Amino acid sequence: MEQEYIITIFSENSKGLLNQVTTVFIYRDINIESITASESSVGGIHQYTIVVRSEREKVEKAARQIEKKIDVLKVYVFTPEEVVQQEIALYKVAHNKDVEKLVREQHVRILEVEDDCIVLEKTGYTNETQALFELLKPYGVFQFVRSGTVAVSRYNKELLEEYI
Amino acid sequence: MENTPVISGSEAVIRSLLAEGTETVFGYPGGTIMPVYDALYGYREQLNHILVRHEQGAVHAAEGYARVSGKTGVCLVTSGPGSTNTVTGLADALLDSTPLVVVSGQVGSALLGTDAFQETNFIGITQAVTKWNCQVKRAADIPAAIARAFYIARSGRPGPVVVDITKDAQQERAPFRYEKVTQIRSYTPCPKPDRDQLAEAARLIDQARRPLLLVGQGILTGGAEEELAAFMEKSGIPAACTLLGLSALPTDHPHYVGMLGMHGNYAPNIKNRECDLLIAAGMRFDDRVTGNPKQFGANAKIIHLEIDPSEVNKIVRADVPVIGDVRETLPLLTELIGRREHEAWIEEFRACYDTEYRKVIESELFPSTSAIRMGEVVYRAALAFDAEAVIVTDVGQQQMIAARYSRFRKSRSLITSGGLGTMGFGLPAAIGAKIGAPEREVCLFAGDGGFQMNIQELCTIMQTGAAVKMVVLNNGFLGMVRQWQELFFDRRYSFTEMQNPDFGLLAQANGIPYRRVEQREELEEAVKQLAESKTAFLLEVKVEQEGNVFPMVPAGAAVSEIRWA
Ligand SMILES: Cc1ncc(C[n+]2csc(CCOP(=O)(O)OP(=O)(O)O)c2C)c(N)n1
Repeated sequence: MEQEYIITIFSENSKGLLNQVTTVFIYRDINIESITASESSVGGIHQYTIVVRSEREKVEKAARQIEKKIDVLKVYVFTPEEVVQQEIALYKVAHNKDVEKLVREQHVRILEVEDDCIVLEKTGYTNETQALFELLKPYGVFQFVRSGTVAVSRYNKELLEEYI
Repeated sequence: MENTPVISGSEAVIRSLLAEGTETVFGYPGGTIMPVYDALYGYREQLNHILVRHEQGAVHAAEGYARVSGKTGVCLVTSGPGSTNTVTGLADALLDSTPLVVVSGQVGSALLGTDAFQETNFIGITQAVTKWNCQVKRAADIPAAIARAFYIARSGRPGPVVVDITKDAQQERAPFRYEKVTQIRSYTPCPKPDRDQLAEAARLIDQARRPLLLVGQGILTGGAEEELAAFMEKSGIPAACTLLGLSALPTDHPHYVGMLGMHGNYAPNIKNRECDLLIAAGMRFDDRVTGNPKQFGANAKIIHLEIDPSEVNKIVRADVPVIGDVRETLPLLTELIGRREHEAWIEEFRACYDTEYRKVIESELFPSTSAIRMGEVVYRAALAFDAEAVIVTDVGQQQMIAARYSRFRKSRSLITSGGLGTMGFGLPAAIGAKIGAPEREVCLFAGDGGFQMNIQELCTIMQTGAAVKMVVLNNGFLGMVRQWQELFFDRRYSFTEMQNPDFGLLAQANGIPYRRVEQREELEEAVKQLAESKTAFLLEVKVEQEGNVFPMVPAGAAVSEIRWA
């Protein structure tokens, strides 16, 4: 059955690794919904968070093939229930009374205020950031951007610890 | 430091190769690798360089060299077309787990990414066909990159790696200190076997009534031939080989029951369904082996001895995966199991062999047709070489026939392109095999099609004197494709008939003795002449035009749908 999976990859910070990782998804015919990459809690080691929709078996096989890459330390596959995940969205919208009211009701953070526009930030699940976008739309959204998902597992330990 | 001489990057390449025990490199020079070739000139007494005629030939030759010797094959090529010409060989080596280090020249680092003359993004191109690759832009980084390359190429499940070195890095001077790599923190080449899984595997083996051992190339790459023999001796379990597993045990071993796969032997192909236990050792359940994987070993528990965790449960679900090097895991298993015999069970395989013998083997080896058949040629060669030769094949009908009817006494005696099925592999691989094992006879079987796909390497034979014994089985067709057209496309022979050159003149042009055989009466004597020749020899045999390879399990079909004609 197709469903969402969150794949966490720990790797050396070597050039071209992102390319190697995404190649495996192409090879196994899995489309990437979102991707983030940045340094992990351990210096020199990068963490990728990749969200895909696919079947468990297919994702597990892709994960093992990614893990096989020389510079990859470890790959974990999670279902949404196994992680706490968030993404961040920024909205640049027209500055007027109606928008201000909405901002107060929705607990949205204001990043910057200018004469004719304001920049808002909301953190949450995709459906939440999307819902705010729909609410703002009638007032005119000049720009909208959403990050990929970041996630931590529900385990208490840093996943990487046992591997280095 | 007194023992860290300052040398050029190109000399560092050569000294690094020597430090890894490299004796032979296969290569072809060009602009961006010229500094390394210049350094090589000074080391030509220590490092043997084989000048091929096409970089694809260099890689296949290095594969043949590696497969026969167990050493790492090394290639040296220039940037741009030189490097892209290696791609097919790299893909071949990746699928067949062959250890290779390909050193490629690259444009100067200042020009990288600018579409400079003979620049290609070789690292990008080879990402999908290498076990690992890297680009080096500083002379000081060359020794470490090559050390890492060799470690990765030959450790764990072997494979091809590329080290792409910019021209300025080759010319720059830097202190040279060589340290072998013995560990990379993000890479576990040989996972430690799990004791519980071993115990569970042993329990299944002791209980099994109809077990079958599936022997793959992992036995050869792991150097576990003796460990295999000991396991077979104690367990009494019959063994079948995959195409690449052939010669891991002698074909006359009393418990050997034949080859698996599309054109494999009837017994293991049909019997795997009746087994209650399959022990897969160093094999990966390739679709050419399993046919329909749902039916393969459908009634059996499966123990999978495998070094590469990504292969476990990839095609067939393993009940007990035993991850690790078979050279380590097999003896541990042997120790745990009880001594058994399975004579009655093995007898059932022999009965299947008799069926196969009556239906196809007899008429292939001792035909009553006037036309010569491929099988009888392979059989004659096995007799003439006393089953001691290294058999190299190209791809197609002749490959399957050579695999089916060759006899093997020694390990590492079949060199063939299994995973990629690369036509044009045979001739250069045979040259590499001869160079890797000069004391052994090397006998190539090629079709008239595949022989022409890297035929330029005949000139390499001329220049090196490599005494390769070549047999071209000429049916005037791209035989295997024609067979599929006959069986599955209504005999519509769309562009499979070949008008061939005069192979005798080609041999003559390269100073290679040649003989053509059209009549069966001449065959035995001609094969003997081939075997006894002190130099390279080309024997062309005109074989049945529309001969087919049987039995055949059509792609994806269940073995019950086996075709005999
Ligand atoms: C590079 C490449 N191109 C195409 C094929 C497809 N192919 C597989 S077998 C075959 C026919 C081989 O004919 P020949 O070399 O004459 O050998 P035969 O089958 O007659 O023994 C072809 C074209 C291939 N395996 N490799």
